[in-house]
Amino acid sequence: MPYAITVNGKKHTVDVEDDTPLLWVLRDTIGLVGPKFGCGGGFCGACTVHLEGTAVRSCQIQISKVGAKAVTTIEGVDASAIGRKVQKAWIDHDVIQCGYCQAGQIMSATALLTKTPQPSDADIDRAMVGNICRCATYVRIKSAIRQAAGLTPELTTPPAPLQIAVRSSTSAKGA
Amino acid sequence: MADDASFAPTRRTLLKTGAAAGGGLFLSWGLDAQGAATAKASAASLNAYVSIAPSGAITILSKNPECGQGVMTMLPMVIAEELDADWSKVTIKEAMLDVDKFGFQSAGGSNSARFNYDPLRRVGAAGKQMLIEAAATTWKVPASECTAAMSVVTHGPSGRKLSYGKLASKAARIPAPDVKTVALKDPKDFKIVGQSARGFDSPKVIKGEPLFGIDTRLPGMLYAVFVKCPVHGGTLKSAKLDAVLASPGVKKAFTVKGNGEFNGLADGVAIVADSWWRAQKAKAKLEVEWDEGPTAGQSSAQYAATSERLGPGPGQKVFHKDGDADAALARSAKVLKASYSYPFIAHATLEPQNCTAQFKDGKLEIWAPSQRPKPGLDLLTKALNISASDVTIHITRMGGGFGRRLMADFMIESAWIAREMNGPPVKLVHDRPADLGHDFYRPGGFHHLTAGIDDKGKIIAWKDHFVTYSDRNDPTKPAFACEASAVDPPARLVPDVTVEVSMMPMGFATGPLRAPRYNAIAFVYQSFVDELAHAAGRDPLEVQLELLGPPRVLPGSAEDAVDVGRLRAVLVKAAEMSGWGKTDLPARTGMGIAAYACMHGYFAEVARVHVAQTGAVKVEKMWVACDVGDTLINPTGALNQVQGGVIDGLGHALNAAVTFDKGRPVQTNFDSYPLIRMPAAPDVEVAFLMTDNPLSGLGEPALPPALPALCNAIFAATGVRIRSLPIDTKLLKA
Repeated sequence: MPYAITVNGKKHTVDVEDDTPLLWVLRDTIGLVGPKFGCGGGFCGACTVHLEGTAVRSCQIQISKVGAKAVTTIEGVDASAIGRKVQKAWIDHDVIQCGYCQAGQIMSATALLTKTPQPSDADIDRAMVGNICRCATYVRIKSAIRQAAGLTPELTTPPAPLQIAVRSSTSAKGA
Repeated sequence: MADDASFAPTRRTLLKTGAAAGGGLFLSWGLDAQGAATAKASAASLNAYVSIAPSGAITILSKNPECGQGVMTMLPMVIAEELDADWSKVTIKEAMLDVDKFGFQSAGGSNSARFNYDPLRRVGAAGKQMLIEAAATTWKVPASECTAAMSVVTHGPSGRKLSYGKLASKAARIPAPDVKTVALKDPKDFKIVGQSARGFDSPKVIKGEPLFGIDTRLPGMLYAVFVKCPVHGGTLKSAKLDAVLASPGVKKAFTVKGNGEFNGLADGVAIVADSWWRAQKAKAKLEVEWDEGPTAGQSSAQYAATSERLGPGPGQKVFHKDGDADAALARSAKVLKASYSYPFIAHATLEPQNCTAQFKDGKLEIWAPSQRPKPGLDLLTKALNISASDVTIHITRMGGGFGRRLMADFMIESAWIAREMNGPPVKLVHDRPADLGHDFYRPGGFHHLTAGIDDKGKIIAWKDHFVTYSDRNDPTKPAFACEASAVDPPARLVPDVTVEVSMMPMGFATGPLRAPRYNAIAFVYQSFVDELAHAAGRDPLEVQLELLGPPRVLPGSAEDAVDVGRLRAVLVKAAEMSGWGKTDLPARTGMGIAAYACMHGYFAEVARVHVAQTGAVKVEKMWVACDVGDTLINPTGALNQVQGGVIDGLGHALNAAVTFDKGRPVQTNFDSYPLIRMPAAPDVEVAFLMTDNPLSGLGEPALPPALPALCNAIFAATGVRIRSLPIDTKLLKA
């Protein structure tokens, strides 16, 4: 049956079964493929979107439950100043390896900083625990969130500057 | 690149990652480079990789598949360096599969940097020579009076300048020079290689643009699921498709007779619908009967019981023997016995296995998230009995590989389904249970170890009875990725070593996973060395260095040669970075050290952990010293690979296990197969030791030492030795 939903400020009418997860409506019906399919069980966070500003797993939300609530996906996160800051921090820190999880990571981070502009490390852990990064770029993700929040990144990333610290003439090849 | 570095006096330079915030030293991209408004039809091609538009926009193709290892950015940096390109004007595009043009296109073995560095330097240098010749011809001056920098050729005597954009069409008509003899730059003049460049596609990733195989969208595309027997190797007896066909949106459902190969086509049922969710829902209505085959009787418990029974006895065969380990054990002051084991684990790429294919007018076009598309193509043409000339393969970005996408099963399945549909493009997507249930698992294994130390605490004897798995079709051969190796340490380090092997039947698909074999062996070997050090009452670092002995190259093939001096150096450095030997650690806090050399990379790692009274393990910090030769092509990418690899390794140790019951994988999703998450991920401090050795890759070798470093730290914190993975925190309760 037809459902009217608002995604990134734009209205869409979609004709799908009522139990269709929002994720698949976004990806296959509307064509917004930024939210990713990772597990289909709400365990990995790759499909994270905002529902009225709250980070939710779109694979766990049936289209019939969305109603008039505003949906924001990674494609629309730059409408908010915080979203843009988070995106910029991701680039500044060169966070991305494969990149598959990063849309979900950015959505969770943006939701966190919108509610908690100055998060503690524990706040960051709590907000991000639902987002798996299989490449394990967690050091940079955390540091990027701290930058977006205006906190001093305290971790050993970002990678620049690289410095030449020691020179020695000992042979590494040996005899 | 010079392969005779051994003649040169080695200058070792330590490149340490800074703690300062902010970028500042990144190479920057121009606006042009990120957008679509770049080299178009008017661009001139200098060679297979490089084309330059009149605007000066340069497009460089990246030959190898990108699965998160950063190769898409890194390899074009090498070309751009020798081309003397203005990096801010460079756009990168993924090459199509075309091995005649690009050579082997693969993401595996940490080999992209190693195999392509020199050839791609030559590609860039040849392009530059053509641009210089074009300028010299225009000015009617000798090419030797012209130089190139930042996409501009300058005539020294007159000061005249011409941009690459203006020269490109003329340069493209000049015969290409011989790449073998083309002049290369002195690395001290490098402007791009050795600087940090952010991932080229990252600005698209943060906007959610379609990049991955699973994002492929084509006009009129249909969606498929493919149901296989839950027991590997099982065959289809019968399927009732009426309810499936009546399900909303279903276009077709049909049975597939496979070819019996794991890395091929399994028996199954394909369901094709107008949306993936509808295909997935229809699957629930499928009634199917399988012949589960012999694997249905197998379980992890049975494997462990078999190992326990076989372990104490002699192996079915002596696989490797140096000296006389029994005699050396007899003269040892102390003998230790321990059994180590590690489980099957899954690759669990976050992007589930998927592939899109279209079969139309006898031609197949395929969008493959594949680490090794050419072998995939070969298997596919065989399975479908189709000519390779009728197949076009697009290489897509991958949401992780880790070795899973070296396989071609998903390519063959999607091609088969697309041919059956004959016309519309079809995207096959496996759900997570299907992805986990039909992985090519990193095989588990059992090592029953006996070692002897002399009265000074030196390791003088080592015996390993390795209990592993035989091939399902040939019980005399090990299953894929279940092999022992004669060069695994401490062979070549301890004079008296025996490795015996026993095999048991195992019917699951297995395969390489990030740092294959090393990811398991390093845990066993480096944990037991630590155990022996403690048994001798000695400092583990001291024992490690003694075991390695003086700097020398251990004999072996080019792939197996290990430079002991390099391994010693990273051990010493990691110890120094971490403050190894500290005695004032808080209660139930400990540090562990481990090192391993594989894939031409040398890694030493120190873990500092705290173990709570509950047994919960918190890794507080990891220190890593590594040596991957004389060049880091893209330092930011290099550091990212090391940090990710180390944390991935910690995740293996803390969480990862696939177990089998009644021939079925028990774990179905990330609730039962947990992956490491942010709160468990420590800070990872990395130092790169730069040595005069040929550069090598970074996708894998950081991973193996992380596991034993962690387990050795747990022993230091609690006195409990972890001999079986994943770590059972119940054993660590106070």
